Amino acid sequence: MRFGVVVFPGSNCDYDCFYALRDVLKQDVVFLWHGDSDLQGCDYVVLPGGFSYGDYLRAGAIARFSPIMEAIRDFVSQGGIVVGICNGFQILLESGLLRGALLPNRNGRFICRYVHLRVENANTPFTYLCTPGEVLRVPVAHYQGNFFLPQEELKRLEERGQILFRYCGPSGEVDERYNPNGSVGNVAGIASSDFRVMGMMPHPERACEELLGSTDGRKIFLSIAAWLEERAKCRLQTLRE
Amino acid sequence: MKYCGKVVVTLKPGVFDPQGTTIRNALHALAYREVEEVETGKYFKIILEAATKEEAKERIQRMCDQLLANPVIEQYTFEVEEYR
Repeated sequence: MRFGVVVFPGSNCDYDCFYALRDVLKQDVVFLWHGDSDLQGCDYVVLPGGFSYGDYLRAGAIARFSPIMEAIRDFVSQGGIVVGICNGFQILLESGLLRGALLPNRNGRFICRYVHLRVENANTPFTYLCTPGEVLRVPVAHYQGNFFLPQEELKRLEERGQILFRYCGPSGEVDERYNPNGSVGNVAGIASSDFRVMGMMPHPERACEELLGSTDGRKIFLSIAAWLEERAKCRLQTLRE
Repeated sequence: MKYCGKVVVTLKPGVFDPQGTTIRNALHALAYREVEEVETGKYFKIILEAATKEEAKERIQRMCDQLLANPVIEQYTFEVEEYR
């Protein structure tokens, strides 16, 4: 199984993701250049955080037209798994692979701190190793992380289980006072309707080692690895039968 | 023929505008108490070559839909004039 980390001009969490996946989680991982359209046989693609194209115009708006995004679109339609973290989430929303938009934080400031996330749906490739309602401690670092979606669409997202993480208190209470950026419904991470694409504002790659104060981020990356292995086993089983 | 398109992109009504609110508060701090609301947005001046004004309008509208505005949160208006 191979992970790919996309590098856009202005990505600055690409090495963090690469390091977390290769050195901490012992996975096979390669960098993918935004100007290429070859995914090098990756099973799982990460769009890392940063400031692609300087966040000019709107965060993620220009990156969405990079050649690699066309390849990622095909990859998803063929069953590939994609995760966007922070600016990566912004790119996924701008490219239409996920629904919604990210506005500047309600308080108008850049926020950089640990938050708590409640796992709302543990039955997805991204939360496979979590339990429903589990609380993860992961940092956020963003200026435009205020997730917006019209109420009726948000309701649909909720009904289909596409809301994966919500900002919450240390014991899982979802309340406005634990909402760092003003996101509707305290939403911190969502998935596409086919659960192949996930976007989240918090940075799991910054929560993979004790030294950094939390290892909860590992679960998100390892969930996908475990889910892909499980899927491969099932396929093998079907072939044998 | 050269044309000039002037595009203004603003947030849709109901979408919170933290920049606008901060600027309004700053105006209040400067004693402009009469200010009720401030809305921020983006302005683009686009010079382009087109056969007719209609074509220039159509091209600019497509640019707005494709890149300049995000339809989930933003709306836009534009005008097109001959450019010399």
